[in-house]
Amino acid sequence: MSTPTQPAGQEIGYGDAIREGFVHLLSRHRDVFAIGQGLWSPWYVGNSMTDLDKLFGKDRVIDTPVSELACTGAAVGAALCGYRPIVIHPRMDFMVLAADQIINQAAKWHHMLGGQATAPVTIRAIINRGGEQGAQHSQALHSWFAHVPGLRVVMPASVADARDLLVASVLCDDPVMYIDDRWLYERRAVLPAVVERPLAAEGPRVVRAGRDLTLVGAGYAAWLCEQAATFLAAADIDAEVIDVRVLNPFDPREIIASVARTGRLCVVDGGWRNAGWAAEVIASVTEALDPRALKAAPRRITLPDAPAPTSKPLEAAYYPDARRVADAARAILPERRTSP
Amino acid sequence: MGNRAWQSELGGLADPAQYTAPLAVAASDGARLLGQLRSMLVIRHTEDQIGRLVVDGLARTPCHLGIGQEAVAVGVATRLRPTDRVFGNHRSHSHFLALGGSPSSLIAEVLGKAVGTSRGMGGSMHLFGRDFGFHGSVPIVGATIPIAVGAGLAAKLDGGDSIAVAFFGDGATEEGVFHESMNLAVVYGLPVLFVCENNLFSSHLDIEYRQPSDRIGRYAEAHRMGSLTVDGNDLLAVEAAADELVGAARRGAGPALLEAVTYRFRGHVGPNEDIDVGVHRRMEDVQAWKRRCPIRRLQDGLVAAGIATTAGLAALDQEVAAEVAEAVVLARRAGYPEPSALLDLVYAGPR
Repeated sequence: MSTPTQPAGQEIGYGDAIREGFVHLLSRHRDVFAIGQGLWSPWYVGNSMTDLDKLFGKDRVIDTPVSELACTGAAVGAALCGYRPIVIHPRMDFMVLAADQIINQAAKWHHMLGGQATAPVTIRAIINRGGEQGAQHSQALHSWFAHVPGLRVVMPASVADARDLLVASVLCDDPVMYIDDRWLYERRAVLPAVVERPLAAEGPRVVRAGRDLTLVGAGYAAWLCEQAATFLAAADIDAEVIDVRVLNPFDPREIIASVARTGRLCVVDGGWRNAGWAAEVIASVTEALDPRALKAAPRRITLPDAPAPTSKPLEAAYYPDARRVADAARAILPERRTSP
Repeated sequence: MGNRAWQSELGGLADPAQYTAPLAVAASDGARLLGQLRSMLVIRHTEDQIGRLVVDGLARTPCHLGIGQEAVAVGVATRLRPTDRVFGNHRSHSHFLALGGSPSSLIAEVLGKAVGTSRGMGGSMHLFGRDFGFHGSVPIVGATIPIAVGAGLAAKLDGGDSIAVAFFGDGATEEGVFHESMNLAVVYGLPVLFVCENNLFSSHLDIEYRQPSDRIGRYAEAHRMGSLTVDGNDLLAVEAAADELVGAARRGAGPALLEAVTYRFRGHVGPNEDIDVGVHRRMEDVQAWKRRCPIRRLQDGLVAAGIATTAGLAALDQEVAAEVAEAVVLARRAGYPEPSALLDLVYAGPR
């Protein structure tokens, strides 16, 4: 059996950090439990929940029948009755089957019952793509859910946020969709001790200061922005990077202030283009700024509007990488800055 | 598209010409039965008034009336406690009132007033009354069934002997989530009572065109769950079945299904009888089911047993009618929610 948590001061991965969040919550909060498919399996959710059932018991870490909708509804029901459940969807694609409980129920009960009921359920959705998995094992549907009032949506990109936004989500009195991405599990960092902070105090954050342009992303896209900024720095381009972190309710002020300084905006999104998250960021910024504050038209880098392919070369073309982000960013900079 | 598989299994329970006699009530239960009759009359008169508000154009929110189905709500509610967790559906005025909700707070809610049971934010289809065990109703068909399972999970984690109850109609048994939820409840051994008000119609379509059988109880057998199918217009039958199944759930015997066969006198939504809307809904059936009225059968039984006189029952009916009429006056006078409610209530915490 794994140790309850990693020794302090040791570098840990993003998946380990999620697990540390679970350990903290299940240790300190009796009203927390986890439910979902694969929770008693050693591999279903990467290394992010290993042995939690052995540490905290199978009554608090509950594996389930193959029923996304009923299991999500059960988590909502328990949340309405005083618990803080975390319902885990090992793939976001399958979570679509639970849409009624997320969109029609959890997100709306507080408002439509006059503030007398709330469902403090955390819906953990895992983006799990690549590896030739194809159209139904790949989707990043954060834009859909960020559209729904009453449903908070967070996408941790950093190792610290993987743990801390999970803790904040579960302790929040509203339903929260917590979206993590298997492509982030290789990120590593040394984390300080857990501090419980209110989710409402969290929002977009500058993770790299810069003068020449503003790169914005959420989840894995934020990490792509950071990597792209490193490439750009080698070309003497100083990019500011903002990790969105909280998509709903969305507070764009940090991004607006950044673009007011840099005059250039490039948004990277792991979802599709049409009616997508990148469009929301660009609209929020451009409607807040005097057009003269922009030195170039904003640019978005998204998936093409197509389902994920399985074939290797098509897959390589489908997902933007940090090089492609850096190239797109260069395209909105003046010619003189394109080479060192 | 016909239904080649159709075979009625309910027999007399689905035949309005049967089960019309006065209920065989015992004299010793007089006070309790009069209380239950009063509760059924409150539901009948409140829904009747809501129907008038719709006709008068004062209520615009969709109102699904359960007139004719009152015995199911009252019979089950009699066996519940305020600590139980009850969930309803689009047609839940009766559940709200049977558990102890006031006509004035319901009518005010239907009119969108701030003193309504959901603070004027829900209307007829989103009701709430946690103080008396009513944890919410919503109109997405089947949606509260897994929520009730979760409430049952919470009750089990709490310890103690509270149970969860989901009220739904026969249409909801055609939703996949009903079957997922029954499976989940039985696998985890949760204290959940699934109450199906089988009124033989979805919004407009006779069950004969929707399922191979009219007996919903067969699904409990598939999920290895106890079940009872009763005449839903017989208060005593509903209460006896609820007593058995609720008691078992409290003792840790796990979930059960109670199927109460009934019929709505009005259409799917609004106060009309909807003969022209329903497929296979015939005026002669509506008239026949009115002769199987759950209130009238109880009243006849009370008179036959010497518990009440015809004059006494008429007085009770007038008393309730006057109370409900007063509730309408109060609700109409009340104010609407503040405009700030629109945005302030989206999240429990700060934005």
